[in-house]
Amino acid sequence: MDRLIEYLGIPFVQKALIVGVLIAMCSSLLGVTLVLKRFSYIGDGLSHVAFGTMAIAAVLKTQSELLDNILQNDMVLVMPLTMLCAVLLLKTGQNTALKGDAAIAMLSVGALSFGYLLMNLFNTSTNLSGDVCSTLFGSTSILTLRVSEVWMCVICSVLVVAIFVFFYNKIFAVTFDEDFATASGTQTGIYNLIIAIVTAVIIVLAMNLVGTLLISALVIFPAVSAMRLFKSFKAVTICAVVLSVFCAAAGIIVSILAGTPVGSTIVAVDAVAFGICWIVGKLAS
Amino acid sequence: MALLVVKDLSLGYDSHTIIEGLNFSVNAGDYLCIVGENGAGKSTLMKTLLHLRQPVGGEIIYGEGLKRNEVGYLPQQTVVQKDFPASVYEIILSGNQGHCGWRPFYNDDDKKRTKEAMERLGIEGLKDRCYRELSGGQQQRVLLARALCATKRILLLDEPVSGLDPKVTIEMYELIAELNRDGITMIMVTHDIHAALRYADHILHIGSELFFGTREEYAESEEGQFFLRKRGNDR
Repeated sequence: MDRLIEYLGIPFVQKALIVGVLIAMCSSLLGVTLVLKRFSYIGDGLSHVAFGTMAIAAVLKTQSELLDNILQNDMVLVMPLTMLCAVLLLKTGQNTALKGDAAIAMLSVGALSFGYLLMNLFNTSTNLSGDVCSTLFGSTSILTLRVSEVWMCVICSVLVVAIFVFFYNKIFAVTFDEDFATASGTQTGIYNLIIAIVTAVIIVLAMNLVGTLLISALVIFPAVSAMRLFKSFKAVTICAVVLSVFCAAAGIIVSILAGTPVGSTIVAVDAVAFGICWIVGKLAS
Repeated sequence: MALLVVKDLSLGYDSHTIIEGLNFSVNAGDYLCIVGENGAGKSTLMKTLLHLRQPVGGEIIYGEGLKRNEVGYLPQQTVVQKDFPASVYEIILSGNQGHCGWRPFYNDDDKKRTKEAMERLGIEGLKDRCYRELSGGQQQRVLLARALCATKRILLLDEPVSGLDPKVTIEMYELIAELNRDGITMIMVTHDIHAALRYADHILHIGSELFFGTREEYAESEEGQFFLRKRGNDR
């Protein structure tokens, strides 16, 4: 316990906790909608796209000093490209299920391999496999956050929460029954676009915390766990956020105390929480 | 001017046309049943009337100042809804979304309309229940209440009784007929020709032969006779 309090006084632990909690909150907010809309895999696809764009950013940086200055923060490139892919994926997904499915698989695997290939061809550092591993599993990057990155995360989180609250009723209508919403005069196209863009923002943010391979867990686990316990959309959403924030904080603290990788520890805590929720849900019904 | 006029409409998927030269009109207060075999394009027609898909040719004209957000729709249940965690109240309230525009939250009018719709269909008691735990008949009532929040003028119903047991089916039909008597125009897609002949005042038959006319005309037409005879023999 003393050790924990001592750790909590260290700036990098504080930064990691702030960022971790914010990201967990944002990702779980939209998770409920993504799971219910059967879009769980879009999060997964987008995270691979984000990995690919990060590789592009890393390579471009080595090519010229000017680009290095512009791309100080990878987000400048990664964010817009991921948003673009989110919009494209959602558009194709609307036509037929099969096409959308295949498109996502192609895009995500393509981006992943392309990214790895680029990193290999333009060998950016001496420890390539270490770099790749930390991008995929987010091993330590959360513990080496700069203050500017923390602020960026705070601003994005505030935006995500504001957009979610503002469009909450519309997101519900579009999630529960898109056909009815369209038929009765709701602009479903715009709201789907908003959902896609916010998803992209969350994915890129969450990449810092758990790495590209584990992001889907952060989006899906809290939502599915909350759905075991609660029966109204509002209650499920609130529960997912609380659960996600709790698991992220617990995961970060455990990982610091036990010296385990941050991302996978958080996901492990999420998985345990799901197990508990599942049992409680079974017992209650 | 009729509430809805369909002129020379063609429907289909991609380049494949399933219906051609469809003409009919619906006046305020009418009860139109759309009947036909599976795959004849009943649901496609309904989705086209609702602007959910584009017609291959022809046009659909909404008259009497009927706006996009004054149309109610009772869709067939989707897979997504089967395990959707939402309370009955949340779902019915969402029927008002079409009136909201960019307004983020529901106002008092929306809440009043929701309350009235629940009372009208006798489901106030289900307000806080979870949608996925209701019986099929109760779920249909919830979706009907949601549609009533969206409109006071015209309802489009897609197979409203599919999967319901006989008693609940009759209750549902009676409820729809009552709403029609209150002045809401009904357009219903159904398999059930007997129900169509009993409740509707106009019938549109789509398939290899197209028919549009009043119920009496349909009962005497070739298509109508064919089904009535066949059903008679089954019993």
